[in-house]
Amino acid sequence: MDDITVLKLKGISKTFHGVRANSDVDFTLKKGEIHALLGENGAGKSTLMNIISGLLQPDKGEIFIHGKRQKIQNPRRAIQLGIGMIHQHFMIVPGFTSLENIILGSEPIKGVTIDFQQARRQIAILSDDCGLSIDPDAVTEDLPVGIQQRVEIFKALYRNAGILILDEPTAVLIPQETDTLFKILRKLVKKNISIIFITHKLQEVMQIADSISVMQQGVIKGVFSPEETDEQALAELMIGREVLLKNDYLPARPGKIVFEVKKLTVMNSRGYEAVSDVSFRVREREIVGIAGVQGNGQAELSESIAGLRKIKSGEITLSGRRMPALNPRKMIENGLAHIPEDRLKHGLVLPFSIADNQILCTYYRRPYVHFFGRNPKAILKNSRKLINRFHIKARGPEEAVQNLSGGNQQKVIISREFSRDSSFLIANQPTRGLDVGSVEYVHKQLIMLRDKGLGVLLISSELDEILSLSDTILVIYRGRVCSIVRKEDATMESIGRIMVRGFE
Amino acid sequence: MITASKAKTDSKDRIFFFLSGILLLSIILYSYWISPLVTVAILTSSLRQSTPLALGALCGLICERSGVMNIGIEGQMLLAAFFGFLVNVWTGSLLLGVISGIAAGMLAGIIFALMTVSMKMDQIICGTIVNLLAAGLTGYFYPTGINATGKLKAYSFPFLSELPLVGPVLFRVSPIVFSTIILVFLVHFLLFFTQWGLRTRAVGEYPRAADTMGINANIVRFYNIIIGGFFAGLAGAFLSLEAVGVFERGMTNGRGFIALAVMIFGKWTPIGAWGAALLFGLALAVQTQLQFDQVLSIPHQFTGMLPYLITIIVLAIFIKRNRPPGSLGVPYEKK
Ligand SMILES: Nc1ncnc2c1ncn2[C@@H]1O[C@H](COP(=O)(O)OP(=O)(O)OP(=O)(O)O)[C@@H](O)[C@H]1O
Ligand SMILES: [Mg+2]
Repeated sequence: MDDITVLKLKGISKTFHGVRANSDVDFTLKKGEIHALLGENGAGKSTLMNIISGLLQPDKGEIFIHGKRQKIQNPRRAIQLGIGMIHQHFMIVPGFTSLENIILGSEPIKGVTIDFQQARRQIAILSDDCGLSIDPDAVTEDLPVGIQQRVEIFKALYRNAGILILDEPTAVLIPQETDTLFKILRKLVKKNISIIFITHKLQEVMQIADSISVMQQGVIKGVFSPEETDEQALAELMIGREVLLKNDYLPARPGKIVFEVKKLTVMNSRGYEAVSDVSFRVREREIVGIAGVQGNGQAELSESIAGLRKIKSGEITLSGRRMPALNPRKMIENGLAHIPEDRLKHGLVLPFSIADNQILCTYYRRPYVHFFGRNPKAILKNSRKLINRFHIKARGPEEAVQNLSGGNQQKVIISREFSRDSSFLIANQPTRGLDVGSVEYVHKQLIMLRDKGLGVLLISSELDEILSLSDTILVIYRGRVCSIVRKEDATMESIGRIMVRGFE
Repeated sequence: MITASKAKTDSKDRIFFFLSGILLLSIILYSYWISPLVTVAILTSSLRQSTPLALGALCGLICERSGVMNIGIEGQMLLAAFFGFLVNVWTGSLLLGVISGIAAGMLAGIIFALMTVSMKMDQIICGTIVNLLAAGLTGYFYPTGINATGKLKAYSFPFLSELPLVGPVLFRVSPIVFSTIILVFLVHFLLFFTQWGLRTRAVGEYPRAADTMGINANIVRFYNIIIGGFFAGLAGAFLSLEAVGVFERGMTNGRGFIALAVMIFGKWTPIGAWGAALLFGLALAVQTQLQFDQVLSIPHQFTGMLPYLITIIVLAIFIKRNRPPGSLGVPYEKK
């Protein structure tokens, strides 16, 4: 690695209506390095990156690119300067093909039309160069997230990005996809591309980063090389207190059955069988984990249980009563709590306030209604309590959820679902996008809810999470439960193998 | 190149449209065999009736593909019909009339764009404002007793117009009817094969993604609304300068709204919308023919209901099945 500085930030500050997202940030990116940026939820990482990529304007501070001071007024300018960003929430037009998404905004033109042939050639060259393959004609919304992310990387490479910013790229990936991504990043670094890499997963940082910056409450706390630090130290620096990265929880003492599915078969949106003939039961004071590579029917399974998706055959029993299909309120009133996989689509009403999002399931009941309408006092009181308890970082209960950082949005859902009276919880990827401190907190809460009597169905593609929390583990592969393992008998390796091929 | 909203016609739909196409074609051929004159009259009239609907739908879909819901097409058409006619009367030139009709449509578009894109007002309310404004202005300033100075005449293509059936229907047509057919295919081409089209569709689906790629979503929306105004203006000019030859109060008669139904029925694609417009045109033509022939003793109030009835039925069936652009109706605000 040369010691050439490609990007330098000096004294960057940014405030959103009184919230300091970045204050006086200095940051240096060297040529050909992978620079990890760590920080708790709401620390200001995405804000800083949005400033570099021209989506936000800093209130103060200077940006130098290759030693020259630059003003990045808009994304177009950032692209010209060779900055490519892969956002926390992908910026992909769903109905477009990969090709259309890649060329959008920099289309090759022949006469009056887009030169699709030329675009194809260029993509093929890039493919060869970086050893990345992609189907240019696939419609992106049908692609698995890992591939959608590859489309995003192609978008940046197509524009000759020399600085690549990845905002939590591994949050949505399974371990195999993460490995592939890391291989890609190493190749890019060899081609002298410099990378800023945001993540909450500390072992990844140790694995791939050349240098590490830690951010806390809008301030850079320090820059390290992986040799001079370790996961524990980084976690403490980020959160500002001691964090238990690995936990051994007391085993469960299961009671009677609260939830059961029998021979459940569910179709996906395109009419194929996504869940086939699945049966299992969850008892009180027990966490049943479903391990599996994303896209093997977990989404359809949890949606059908929550009453959001039609069931083709089979039955669902909650607290001893058979549940009608497609009736979410009935499920909720019978004691279901649900943390959906896609928080933006199924978990939150983005323009609504935090307070309103926290009563989405109970708004029609006391104390949130009185006489003729809403009871704002009770709604706000509830919200303040939850914001405190779950450490949600926001200006106050009235803040719109769309203004929160990704991790804090997830916390709003968790606060709603954990605080309701319920007897059964489906938690689909509950800690996606959370910082280590919050992950620890959510895990503790899950165990606490379990010990208070709740039955929990935990769906996660994080094997660590499944192994450390679940009492029984089901492995799902192509919509079928392929294996049921007790916690004592489970190992990372055996479960990992079943996850990717359906048998040991 | 495949895009979701364009090609998600699954095979069932394809077979349905194919079979109904064949059925329709055989009915036309059969009726041409029975009575060529009436058939040609009905088809010519369908094409004429479909023209303002197709043009209105083009306006609608150019706006909606970029994420702007324009329900002010009715008003834009009415203003265009009015100014086109006035200019024609003052100058005696039909060409100037058509041009000023188009200009009026685009001007109304600019006003609509200022309100919806620049000021981020609610798009439905702004559309309603345009409609009310047009109805009020044209109603108030409408000078009675002006004599028409003629209307655009049909042009016969040599040789082609002598062909049986297609000749008189397609090649003995007035200029705006004929240009509409060309414009439909032109817009289709532009929308799916050019930079403008790709960017328009991206902005309509997911403006933030377009923004991160350096496309200014609001500018795209702004000029798309104005381009849409061109088509609404042409539709208005057609009504007063080609179809009727004079301006009448409220002469658009809901066509701007039916055009929106036509656009939805056609899945936000120009060719699809054109097909839908032809179907509506056919319904209107059959209705007029029924009244004219007095073959059936149905009161004309009932036959007059036909196009509106079809609109309701078509919307009821298709509005749920056909997916609109993702960001339709939502003003785009930068972070
Ligand atoms: N548009 C906005 N309006 C108001 N506040 C905002 C806006 N965008 C971000 N913020 C606030 O700025 C702070 C930093 O947010 P940012 O998204 O940069 O955090 P982050 O470090 O990326 O967190 P995470 O790991 O959860 O994604 C947060 O407190 C957030 O609420
Ligand atoms: Mg973030």
